[in-house]
Amino acid sequence: MIRSLLITLCVLSSSLLLAQTDSLGQQADDSTMNFEANYDRPFLSGASSSLALGGYMEANTLYAGTDGIEEGFSFQFRRLTLFASSTISPNIRFLTEIEFEDGTKEINIEYAAVDLMLHPLANVRGGIVVNPIGAFNQKHDGPQWDFVDRPIEAVELLGATLSNVGVGLYGKAFASDLSFGYEVYLTNGFDEAVIDNDLNRTSLAAGKVNVEKFEESHSGLPMFTGKVAAKLRNVGELGISYMTGVYNEWQIDGVEVDEKRSLNVLAVDLNASITSSTELRGEVAFVSLDVPSTYSQQFGSKQWGGYVDVVQRFYEGPVLVFDNATLALALRGEYVDLNDGTFNETGDAIGDEVTSFTGGIAFRPSAPVVIKANYKYSIITDLLGNPPAYASALLFGIAAYF
Amino acid sequence: MRNFVFYSGLCALALFLGACDAFLPAAIPSEETLDGALEGLDQSQRRMHIEGDAAFNDQLFTAETGLGPCFVASSCGACHAGDGKGHPFTTLTRYSHSDGAGNQFLGAPQLQNRAIPGFAPEALPSGAPHSSFTPPAVTGLGFIELVSDADILAMADPDDADGDGISGVPNWNTIPSFITPVPNAISQNGKYIGRFGKKASTHNLFQQTVTAYNQDMGITSTFLPTNPINYAAGTHPVPSGGPVVTDEDVNAVVFYLQTLKAPLQRSAASVEKGKLLFSQIGCEKCHRETLKTGFSPIAPLSQKEIHPYTDLLLHDMGPELDDGYTEGSATNPEWRTPPLWGLGLSENSQGGRLFLMHDGRAHSLEAAILLHGGEGDKSRSEFKKLSDGDKQALLDFLRSL
Ligand code: HEC
Ligand code: HEC
Repeated sequence: MIRSLLITLCVLSSSLLLAQTDSLGQQADDSTMNFEANYDRPFLSGASSSLALGGYMEANTLYAGTDGIEEGFSFQFRRLTLFASSTISPNIRFLTEIEFEDGTKEINIEYAAVDLMLHPLANVRGGIVVNPIGAFNQKHDGPQWDFVDRPIEAVELLGATLSNVGVGLYGKAFASDLSFGYEVYLTNGFDEAVIDNDLNRTSLAAGKVNVEKFEESHSGLPMFTGKVAAKLRNVGELGISYMTGVYNEWQIDGVEVDEKRSLNVLAVDLNASITSSTELRGEVAFVSLDVPSTYSQQFGSKQWGGYVDVVQRFYEGPVLVFDNATLALALRGEYVDLNDGTFNETGDAIGDEVTSFTGGIAFRPSAPVVIKANYKYSIITDLLGNPPAYASALLFGIAAYF
Repeated sequence: MRNFVFYSGLCALALFLGACDAFLPAAIPSEETLDGALEGLDQSQRRMHIEGDAAFNDQLFTAETGLGPCFVASSCGACHAGDGKGHPFTTLTRYSHSDGAGNQFLGAPQLQNRAIPGFAPEALPSGAPHSSFTPPAVTGLGFIELVSDADILAMADPDDADGDGISGVPNWNTIPSFITPVPNAISQNGKYIGRFGKKASTHNLFQQTVTAYNQDMGITSTFLPTNPINYAAGTHPVPSGGPVVTDEDVNAVVFYLQTLKAPLQRSAASVEKGKLLFSQIGCEKCHRETLKTGFSPIAPLSQKEIHPYTDLLLHDMGPELDDGYTEGSATNPEWRTPPLWGLGLSENSQGGRLFLMHDGRAHSLEAAILLHGGEGDKSRSEFKKLSDGDKQALLDFLRSL
């Protein structure tokens, strides 16, 4: 599988070589692709010295209830992220992203990598890198999004934000209004918590928390993640990404104690400008993994899901003391099947599904700051497919780059 | 313009916020759901109930937190979803310690048919007599635990003295040393009356809970400190870290079970005819409408009249329901009369379908009734003779429970 992907990528990159190439970093604004999101943040735009500091924060209020049982009102400080970037020499740069989640409950080095920019089509990146699976994972900063909650698909199916230690290549080429980009990495992978966790379901999010993942790949084998994307200026970007690796400890001291159990993820993402003020974003992901047949079907071997966002800007101009404010209407529909399969015992479909709709308003007093008001309604079906639970939440949030 | 946009936004927001509650989904009426605490608990009892609820429903064990190595499911709530009946997915298998030919089966009685990654689950020894048990609902059990042994014995008719074809006997079983018998327990040759489980082999909710942790999930406690062993794979009987579930959690879960409300009947007024037929054709001889509880320090449970539709006795249900498997003094075809309260809500926890009788083999109420043989044969024949309208009335009554 890895080999065939590498061959595809070789063919693709050589055909890209024939296309006209341009130097990274000197592009017109609208050609910035999702994979470049980490170097496309406001703190870097006006940086005059070689070291730039910045970050963003996200906080919100939550008022929620399920089936008439009110969960009360809370303030949540979701995350504070600090960026530091440095141009070490003209063709070597460094960026790090350190994240404090839910106060100081979780502190993560989400990203810390050095780029050797050899050629627009072949740049080496090593360190803690963001696995290029889907677009949300690459471009996850709160101030970029018009919703308080992250998409369920990205969080539950892909474990966003997913980053790992590894090394790889990325590059980009242009052919008139069209740009092509690719990223390929080998990184450390997941561990057994993917199917052994107290969520009682298959979860890549649970399988990424292993504190040793920055020291060793749990399976002793690297995980491959690759993405190719194409962007048409002023129209949109389409990306296809794939991730595969072994998640279990299949040998101990050289003795084989289990089969190699693989985990594969395919994601397709799209963002498009329908009109100058209407934006469409979406992503769909398919997860499949090899679960031991003697284990519980509680842990599914297949999951899939996705989301579609439509954001309509309906006002641009002054509001109070802000001269360039914008107001947008934001709608999201999403669905995830966390256990796609049928029961061995009955042949009936396994449930464990969430369908959710969010409507909201996003007010940007200035570009790097967004204040969001969301109403989210979810329909949650349990494993056995019993009558669903209905949940709703009112969320007010602020996200700001600094 | 600046201010207009701002103030109109603010107004919209205020309207939205003012209607906050209206945006939350409606509550499910109490009679439409099995879970929920008894009315009349005091604040500290409610707190304990919530603690037990969390341990029962939200404490999901993993390999790291002690699950297995061999197990059937990873939480109480996985098998007793919404405190209701379970699904074939969590139906468990019990097998005998020996067969007629004198073969001994280590690892009996319960089959742990799943294992954490890296371990082998137990396999059913070939030729072992066995039966499947679909998880029952766990509501109203606090009341059932308080029905006195004397009352249970009074309903028994071992020699069918009244000649109605229905005998009914309690399950006399040994109890483990960690169990304190229920108040005013009656014992015979050192054995006690069981009232929980498909064959009424379990004495009280404490025993049921400790055993469930151990046998259903591979979770050890101070009461049962060794894991079920897969003899074929030599799994470690004793976890190195000591008991996995705390005594506090065991006690909280027992309290939770004791203080779950009894299922509430729906539209009782419109099913009077069915209710009458239920007793006329002899269903009520086993599925006793009314029992009473003894004294309890938990006031809402104490000295109450209840309507569980059971006699808590074993009945010989004939060859169709004879799986060749026994527990305590229950013979192979003997099963405890299951309470019928909550019956009408069964589908809501069984994935939208019905899996009735001890192993879930009946997929409708009618199929369940038609499986009544042995002591139940007479009422089954009476049921068959009913007109379609009367059958419907009887089924409507069952659905209202
Ligand atoms: C693997 C599925 C499974 C799990 C996990 C499980 N149970 Fe059960 N439960 C059953 C089955 C099946 C029965 C019927 C057992 C019998 O007949 O002996 C049962 C019976 C019971 C009963 C008796 C009900 C009655 O009316 O007789 C209670 C109480 C109970 N379980 C509580 C628990 C508690 C507490 C836990 C967690 C500590 C638990 N169960 C975990 C399947 C399960
Ligand atoms: C001789 C006693 C007896 C009589 C009479 C009797 N039942 Fe039962 N009933 C039982 C027993 C015992 C079971 C459980 C059998 C099993 O689990 O396999 C049962 C099970 C059921 C069930 C399935 C409950 C469940 O939770 O799976 C229903 C419904 C039911 N009976 C209805 C009736 C009706 C209606 C009548 C009258 C026509 C009736 N019974 C007469 C003893 C009796």
